[in-house]
Amino acid sequence: MQSEPDYRQNHRNGGTYNAVDRGHASHLEFFSTPKFRPWSCRKISPTHIAHRRLTEYQVIGRHLPNEANPTPKLYRMRIFAPNTVVAKSRFWYFMAQLRKLKKANGEIVSLNVIEEKRPLKVKNFGIWIRYDSRSGTHNMYKEFREMSRTDAVEALYQDMAARHRSRFGSIHILKVVEIENNDSIRRPYIKQLLQKDLKFPLPHRAGGKVGKKIFAHSRPSTFA
Amino acid sequence: MADIDVKVASWKLVEVGRVVLIRSGPFEGKLAAIVEIVDHRRVLVDGPSTEEKKIVPRHVLPLSHATLTHFTIPQLPRAAGTGPVKKLWAKNEIDGKWAKSAFAQRTDRTERRKNLSDFERFKVLRLRKQARYEVQKSFAKVRAATKA
Repeated sequence: MQSEPDYRQNHRNGGTYNAVDRGHASHLEFFSTPKFRPWSCRKISPTHIAHRRLTEYQVIGRHLPNEANPTPKLYRMRIFAPNTVVAKSRFWYFMAQLRKLKKANGEIVSLNVIEEKRPLKVKNFGIWIRYDSRSGTHNMYKEFREMSRTDAVEALYQDMAARHRSRFGSIHILKVVEIENNDSIRRPYIKQLLQKDLKFPLPHRAGGKVGKKIFAHSRPSTFA
Repeated sequence: MADIDVKVASWKLVEVGRVVLIRSGPFEGKLAAIVEIVDHRRVLVDGPSTEEKKIVPRHVLPLSHATLTHFTIPQLPRAAGTGPVKKLWAKNEIDGKWAKSAFAQRTDRTERRKNLSDFERFKVLRLRKQARYEVQKSFAKVRAATKA
């Protein structure tokens, strides 16, 4: 937490994809249109990757400009990926599915990290996904109680791997939404955590140092 | 049979306001209050002690890394910010109560004993011998009194 301002200085120009650097200044007016919301974007540093498994990226790409269309449309995606390489790859994967646009005839205009606005607040997230099982394709909706969007998506991948043996490549995240109204929580496993004055004991616990040695001269007390 | 009085066990509960002792990780041995329950395995904790050394920043703590203490901050609202937690922490005198608890005193003692120098260890040995001698002496008196 403390090191963050320092490395922003160190990596001010390191590892960032910037529209101006790459000579797309003519399309910068797009960024000032009301349609574009910069969210909470931050520049990318290689140290960032080591901390978490996944990061949320904003990837903006477009078709290569040509004489027929010198100002092609920009497309923006929020992608959860372990690093920038995977984020760009996923962008082209989804892009080719949605529009007649692929890496060979397109370019990435910008790539930034989207940071969680309030990482110290507990939030409920609803995630819509589409995933390919061994026998077919399914849509799903799941809920998670986490501190950030990336935490929720990480928990989702773990959950899908555990319950359905599905991998990163076979899951498409369609939508991640923070549910602010507790009444619109649908899943009982999250609902049970939202009741008023929630409290519970920890009735069966293995003691700290008792379990650490291979042999013990007495059975551990697990009661309270 | 006579009336048997069955009492419900008084569990220490995971609840908002419960003070926990952190048993592993970077804040090992420090106290923090539960601010919000994330799920059955994790809680959001905040330990705004007045002493710089004892501060635990607000973070998510797995309950497997925590031991529940007997202390609670009863008036703590759910998801209170660090400011209000700090005020109530001071008002409930959590640090003072904790310092008086048997657990804290025992850990303080073991910690102090661990860091003694060779001469200090020798002094402890001598003092323990003296204390033992006094105890034995008074016992011997009692024994002599019962015999006679």
